[in-house]
Amino acid sequence: MEHEEILHRCFRCGFCKLPSDYGSLNCPAYLKYRFESFSPGGRMWLTRAWLNGEVQTDARLQEVFFSCATCGNCVEHCIFDKFRESILEAFIAAKAEMVNRGTVPPPVRDYLTRLLAHGNPYKMPQKKRGQWAWELGVPCYTADAEYLFYVGDVGSFDGRGMEMARSVARLLLKLGVSFGILGENEGSDGNDARALGELELFEHLAKRNIETFRRAGVEKIVTLSPHGYNAIKNDYPRWGGNFTVRHYTHLLDEILPAAGDFGRAGAESVRRAVFHDPCYLGRHNKEYDAARHILDRLPGIERVEMPRNRADSLCCGGGGGNFFTDLVCSGPDTSAAARVVEAADTGAQLLVTACPICTVMLEDAVKSKNLEQRLQVRELSDLVLECMAG
Amino acid sequence: MPIMNALVDIVGADRVSDDPAELFIYSRDSGAQPPGRADYVVLPKTAEEISRILVLANREKVPVTPVGAGLTLSGIVVPERGGIVLDMKRMDRILEVDEINRYAVIEAGVSQGALREYLKKHHPRFQHSTPEAPPTATVTANALIHGHGHISPRYGINSDMIAGMEVVLPTGEITRIGACALGGKWFSRGPLPDLAGLFVGWYGTTGIVTKISLKLFPKPEFRQVIVFQTDDIDLLPEAIAEIMYLDMAEDFFLIMQEKPDWMNHCFLVVILSGHFEEELALKKEAYQRLLSNFKGGNRISFVANLHPALEKRFLDVPPLAALAADFRKGGGFQYTGAILPIDQVPAAWRRGIEIAHKHGMVCSYVHQVLLGNSIMFGFNYSFNRGDEADIERARLALAESNRTALELGGMIWKGEKPAQQMVLAKMEPHTAQFIRRVQEFLDPNRIMNPGKWEVP
Repeated sequence: MEHEEILHRCFRCGFCKLPSDYGSLNCPAYLKYRFESFSPGGRMWLTRAWLNGEVQTDARLQEVFFSCATCGNCVEHCIFDKFRESILEAFIAAKAEMVNRGTVPPPVRDYLTRLLAHGNPYKMPQKKRGQWAWELGVPCYTADAEYLFYVGDVGSFDGRGMEMARSVARLLLKLGVSFGILGENEGSDGNDARALGELELFEHLAKRNIETFRRAGVEKIVTLSPHGYNAIKNDYPRWGGNFTVRHYTHLLDEILPAAGDFGRAGAESVRRAVFHDPCYLGRHNKEYDAARHILDRLPGIERVEMPRNRADSLCCGGGGGNFFTDLVCSGPDTSAAARVVEAADTGAQLLVTACPICTVMLEDAVKSKNLEQRLQVRELSDLVLECMAG
Repeated sequence: MPIMNALVDIVGADRVSDDPAELFIYSRDSGAQPPGRADYVVLPKTAEEISRILVLANREKVPVTPVGAGLTLSGIVVPERGGIVLDMKRMDRILEVDEINRYAVIEAGVSQGALREYLKKHHPRFQHSTPEAPPTATVTANALIHGHGHISPRYGINSDMIAGMEVVLPTGEITRIGACALGGKWFSRGPLPDLAGLFVGWYGTTGIVTKISLKLFPKPEFRQVIVFQTDDIDLLPEAIAEIMYLDMAEDFFLIMQEKPDWMNHCFLVVILSGHFEEELALKKEAYQRLLSNFKGGNRISFVANLHPALEKRFLDVPPLAALAADFRKGGGFQYTGAILPIDQVPAAWRRGIEIAHKHGMVCSYVHQVLLGNSIMFGFNYSFNRGDEADIERARLALAESNRTALELGGMIWKGEKPAQQMVLAKMEPHTAQFIRRVQEFLDPNRIMNPGKWEVP
């Protein structure tokens, strides 16, 4: 197994479970299960034991491996410099080994099967990929356009994700950005297939996208989801897919009007907002500022911070394919539930994020914690549109 | 009813496991000791649940081993004979902080990091004694193993800071120790017969502590590290005594590493604190004067340009001690924590270097002075956890340094099972039998962490 040589080096000291102030638990899987086996250190030791034949594959071990949300908190907070860079890759390699042996949990198997068979995990026909945009007049991408707006699976097929895709598209149209979409020619970015260890499928999806992008003459890409952004930015170059890729928050940060030019400078009431850093924007790509810059120029918005912010952000639990497989997303102790409580405790009325997966996860958590009267989850572009309309 | 079903009945299915994954993890720790065996792992949330589990365990004659973060490195809460492991970390509530009477009441699973952060946020003028362990270490377990922290040289070891306890006895009764037993505040454990001693240092063989009251201490705003250096280790006992006599240090370490060369000296690391900058300056001046005049002068020098990494290492609370422990880059570390009389430091120093070299290791020391009466002298062994031969070398070295600690009239702090056996073999026989009688009295079926402090 790749990275097998580092497994014995984990002390299980536990910094990987914590944010930098050590005051809470910051690993979604450990937060939910609370058995040491589900901590990054436990997973590391169990991977070694599994490879050595000291423990055998069973449903629980599968759960241990695949409940990792790939949030990167362990990589961020492990104190052993060189070792830590390989922690998450070792976890993905362990999942890949399970995939190769054909021993994955049923929800993971089902997700991957759907992705392989249908090109998306929703079992939706490819021709409906661009359906979210039909009523908007969003152009199909041509080489004349500056940007390809890459939407991904959740933005194409999930009800809330489609709202987000429409919101970002409306904003881009309103701001006069030259862009188009691939519609039914778009493919899954494969980021979560990679996170689940299905590396061959990921490679297949990535190469197909790269080929599609090339044929269409794409040079610049703006993504809806931080997950797609991550895959295109960090993994696609391995197969020659070298594109200028940005998450939509970066583009908006650049082109939105300055604070005083939003046209509603004297907003009657001020709403307090916190920003939840999506893991694939934040920890994975160290991009923390764009969304905050945008919030800071919106009239009537007072931005505050949750105790866990930026590199200390608590993952919503939906990464690593868990949004689809639901391994760490249910039960009373989910990280999404802890996150919305943390947001509400700041006194914020708005929990703002910039990822379709985070948005859905956090909205569900707000309902499960009965916080609807106190806290509203808002996707950033939607909030911007509202402020611009005002 | 099968034990598994009974446990599920008590805590619910989500908080009990008999899966090989959990049993593997809870049957070993990060030190050099061989693994044990667990049959069930349970995450209790209340003393009442623990009480019911202990009643069940007595009925079924099943061992029970409580574990905090499992960071002792010496396997003292690794179950030897199967049974139920109680991972106490779900009991993680900070129940009360009383600033006027200076204590915090916490559940047994509260981590050092959680308490530190809570105090910082809500009671910033107060601190607890934080060990060199990772912040995941639990406060209660550390106090129960006679742990020591960053203010121990000033205020005593962490077990002395326990001001009250809730304990579930092996037979299931929930008891309280200290003023809290009288229904009052948890401010003091005496004047009463000091029952806390029945649970401190026993490694869970006499009961399960579910809450403690921990004394809090002032947290001065200003801190500084000052370091002195010598190559004459025979000076150390008197130098330590004088530094402690001056009575202004917050923390005090002796360190040495054979590599790199600049670390191959004896460094006396004194951490000072003050509520005012002038106070700190005065203390620094006092120590510089003390040591520049020591034995007529020029025997111990002041380190003027302290390496920033060294300064950070000793100002951080907690420090990243695991980083230093992994100097072999092999993911394994264990040490003999010898609690020695201070006058034995030179002999231990020389012997420790011999032992390390004999086993092909580089010597690395971090010793903490505890009040003025003793020193925690660490014989440190970093090893490659992927290499069985290297692990065995560490075990052999540990055995030698354990023997050395006892030969020098010391004791072994949180020693692994062979160390416990060594201590018991040397112990005055009536004392050893007394330990056994206490265990038999409290735990008639001997279900509690069997094998530890086991008197033959």
